[in-house]
Amino acid sequence: MAEAHPVGFQWVMEAKLRGATVVHVDPRYTRTSAQADLHVPIRTGTDIAFLGGLVNYVLTHQKDFREYVVAYTNAPMILREDFRDTDELDGLFSGFDPEGRAYSTETWAYATEGGGSGGEEGGRPGHRGHEQETARPEQHGMGGASTADRPLTDPTLRHPRCVYQVLKRHFARYTPELVAEVCGVPEELFERVAEAVTANSGRERTTAFCYAVGWTQHTVGVQYIRTAAILQSLLGNIGRPGGGIMALRGHASIQGSTDIPTLYNLLPGYLPMPDAHDHPDLAAYVEPDSQKAGWWGNMRAYTVSLLKAWWGEAATEDNDFCFDHLPKTTGDHGTYRTVLDQIAGKVKGYFVVGENPAVGSANGKLQRLGLANLDWLVVRDLVEIETASFWKDGPEIETGELRPEEIGTEVFLLPAASHTEKDGSFTNTQRLLQWRHKAVEPAGDARSELWFYYHLGRLLRERLAGSTDPRDRPLLDLTWDYPVSGERAEPDAAAVLREINGVGPDGALSTYAELRDDGSTACGCWIYCGVYAGERNRAAARTPRSEQDEVALDWGWAWPANRRILYNRASADPQGRPWSERKRYLWWDEERGRWTGRDVPDISVDKHPDYRPSEDARAQEALGGDAPFIMQNDGRAWLFAPEGTLDGPLPTHYEPTESPCGNALYGQRANPVLQTYRHPENPLNPADGAPGADRFPYVFTTYRLTEHHTAGGMSRTLPYLNELQPEFFCEVSPELAEERGLRHLEWATIVTARTAIEARVLVTRRMRPLKVRGRTLHQVGLPYHWGHGGLSPGDPANDLLAVVLDPNVHIQEAKAASCDIRPGRRPRGPALLDFVAEYRSGGEGGARPADRVHEGQSARGAEPPGPHEDGAPDGHRGNGHRPPAPSRPDRRGRKRDR
Amino acid sequence: MGIKQWIDGWPVYRQLTGPDPLGRGTAAMSRRTEGLTARTEQADAVVRSVCPYCAVGCGQRVYVKDGAVTQIEGDPDSPISRGRLCPKGSASKQLVTNPDRLTRVRYRRPYGTEWEDLPLERAMEMIADRVLETRRATWEDSYEGRPVRRTMGIAGLGGATLDNEENYLMKKLYSAMGAVQIENQARI
Ligand code: SF4
Repeated sequence: MAEAHPVGFQWVMEAKLRGATVVHVDPRYTRTSAQADLHVPIRTGTDIAFLGGLVNYVLTHQKDFREYVVAYTNAPMILREDFRDTDELDGLFSGFDPEGRAYSTETWAYATEGGGSGGEEGGRPGHRGHEQETARPEQHGMGGASTADRPLTDPTLRHPRCVYQVLKRHFARYTPELVAEVCGVPEELFERVAEAVTANSGRERTTAFCYAVGWTQHTVGVQYIRTAAILQSLLGNIGRPGGGIMALRGHASIQGSTDIPTLYNLLPGYLPMPDAHDHPDLAAYVEPDSQKAGWWGNMRAYTVSLLKAWWGEAATEDNDFCFDHLPKTTGDHGTYRTVLDQIAGKVKGYFVVGENPAVGSANGKLQRLGLANLDWLVVRDLVEIETASFWKDGPEIETGELRPEEIGTEVFLLPAASHTEKDGSFTNTQRLLQWRHKAVEPAGDARSELWFYYHLGRLLRERLAGSTDPRDRPLLDLTWDYPVSGERAEPDAAAVLREINGVGPDGALSTYAELRDDGSTACGCWIYCGVYAGERNRAAARTPRSEQDEVALDWGWAWPANRRILYNRASADPQGRPWSERKRYLWWDEERGRWTGRDVPDISVDKHPDYRPSEDARAQEALGGDAPFIMQNDGRAWLFAPEGTLDGPLPTHYEPTESPCGNALYGQRANPVLQTYRHPENPLNPADGAPGADRFPYVFTTYRLTEHHTAGGMSRTLPYLNELQPEFFCEVSPELAEERGLRHLEWATIVTARTAIEARVLVTRRMRPLKVRGRTLHQVGLPYHWGHGGLSPGDPANDLLAVVLDPNVHIQEAKAASCDIRPGRRPRGPALLDFVAEYRSGGEGGARPADRVHEGQSARGAEPPGPHEDGAPDGHRGNGHRPPAPSRPDRRGRKRDR
Repeated sequence: MGIKQWIDGWPVYRQLTGPDPLGRGTAAMSRRTEGLTARTEQADAVVRSVCPYCAVGCGQRVYVKDGAVTQIEGDPDSPISRGRLCPKGSASKQLVTNPDRLTRVRYRRPYGTEWEDLPLERAMEMIADRVLETRRATWEDSYEGRPVRRTMGIAGLGGATLDNEENYLMKKLYSAMGAVQIENQARI
């Protein structure tokens, strides 16, 4: 956090000054570790085992905050008799279909009073046969199944099938010994962490967890977060000041890009993109949620208001409010799937806007082969990034795999306006919208994205004017009349924010509670409703911190409803009294008949703690006054997830795809439903036990530096920052340096089945060998900012990665993969391909190729390692697409003949 | 120059006799320094902004003179950052005033080996043509017998420093075009 979120880290230091214990769990020793009371070096990819160890510690030592757990979590819910846990099935949960490599989730549901199956009729299938879908933990499925039947519960938590007991059994194997064996964390160190966390949690004290992509970029990333959520819910650390699980998001508005998503599976406000199979019309789209208790019960109002914001007058009750104008999804359309479809020639045009996938995405070669096979590419950025220049100086030009004269992609590189040259809002990692005011005009052709998309839309609409083709209606009916100003006709960003906020008959809306499902309100993103309340741009609120308390409600605006701590109803007990004076935050004021405190209440302000819903109550009215988790159907935090995840109702430790170790817990080594794509340029390193695994005996992990920014487009061109971090390097321990003959400040070559890259060697005690399952394990650290352009060219670390994804959210496993490392620079030109091919095939005798820079010629075109034990689900198999023609060997042959 | 003025001009004397015994402030100041004023004082305007790098969201004050950014400082009023900026935030003036920034459209024709110039208006027209052409050629009314009304021929990938308002217009326009393969750094 001190490295990647430096100014945010001042608050950790502030807490430390007031007596907080700071624990840093990270494979590397960093500036954060230097300030921490405890640094815990961990084997990358094993945090579920570590956190699971903490869960087990809490449960065995009865350190859970029992009143909180009984009242606010689903610990008392009783599960169905046919649910089977991983211990019984050697690493699988019940419902696994080995053919389709997917789960059906009906056995994960609660047992209900109605008896029988319980939950939604038959449960929501995890796999529908046609293609794997994205899980919906952050979409409308998050609220849980709509159920007429009440779940059976046992508030004493003694029933053998209640969630609490299931949890206890599930995590019983996560002992300190197991943590030591799997994570490489000594028992004594683990116990110090466990004591610190539990001593600092409960009625009087709270503990916070902060994480970043070190927890998410895994094939089990979602389950990492689930483990933390279980732990924090057991300890009563959610919804209370000083508690929580803080996602430290990476970039200025990455939170905003999720809320108002440019993501294929979402519409604004976490509404799902409609699916061709499940959502033939508006009624089918909103139906599963409309039955639910909690705020998702208003799904129709949110959806209709969005459709009204987009299609205005054209959207009427009679035409389903233009629901048919929305394009439909059919399975996975994520960025990696799209890149393979570019290589296959299916995707013709590509807009890349403020992003540099040629450096920033896993397996850069796939990215660049995709770019090289487009008809047209539009890149908008501040500088000429690698994604724009791949056709003249990319790595594949160097190896001879591609030649500019043979790349047919038409490239438009358009200059973008900077943050000082346009009005607009960012949403930071605390869900806080902050407005930037324009300071100066952009130079020359530089324009904001707002300008570009507004005018592109205007041109498209002009060209289609008068068309009678039904497919053009969505563009022609679009509300697209934003006020513009100045010579450049810049659209008014505040007007767009007002549309996002929403309007009703009386102007700007104040809260999402005002949204209606009859078409009388229009709202571009329901969770942002209120940011323009009273016709005032509240994202621009800037009352100085010296003039308000530290909750600072009048600085920016946080969604939803300007609440700063989510689920803050949980800071009071079921009767509405603060759990303790020390941790007082929100409480029920009986005299005034309302919730009061320091924050905006995360419950209807006048809902009495004793309120109990009637049988026919719906949406938020169907939750009692003692239910803090108001987005959930049952108002409770889920220790056990009866639905919403595709890879299990409970987290369990699986090894990373390319781990050099077997799974200490089960025969099932890696996530059984992980997602990967078969492509000749996406081979996997053989893993533990498989032939050839010893060619890649080390583990590497990627990360960011304080002085650079993501794929470098905003940092590798700045002299100041390049002076501070002038070169790509790898971090290795003295022991690994010794083992492989690496010398400080000299070069090393890092190799995977994808490619080989070179980096300067930094021999440092910050990297430490770990004892894992009786052997010494070395880890290599690689910052991923570099590429072939900018002021400090270097090889991209992400080129080493395979595309292997979490099945729920399709994020790549960037934080744990295997590699070899050897002294010296990598081969240049076509020799690089031979060098990597030899690693893929195992060279002579299947051993690791000899330690010299290889000029060789053999083993070209060798098949990638055979089918991986945790292979792709059916939907992703058999992708035999080739790189752009002419095929590589021919071209290489030609080059060599010269 | 009088003798007093001459003696006063001697930093060691000022350090020994003045209010700056450590010689780090006024005592060490040269005449040239005395004549200087901070860019922040000369600014025509100070504009409130937010750092464009990471998700902490530090407050910035952008100092402007003659239509150009002359300095960017941390905003002491911000309850998030309390006036601080890290190396990236502190370098952001160079981000916006960097002479290496693109200011003209660059165009690479198919199979071309060099960038070419292209007027912005022309580029916009050409891009609009490409979108409509590709959309026409790759339109899908249905998929496996179900209506989808989309194009799988056009994709987008956005960065995580786009404004909310920009993301909103992007998603709205792409959806109306029928493009669904719209992604963002947020997944990566
Ligand atoms: S100044 Fe540094 S810590 Fe603050 S937002 Fe910018 S990059 Fe993040």
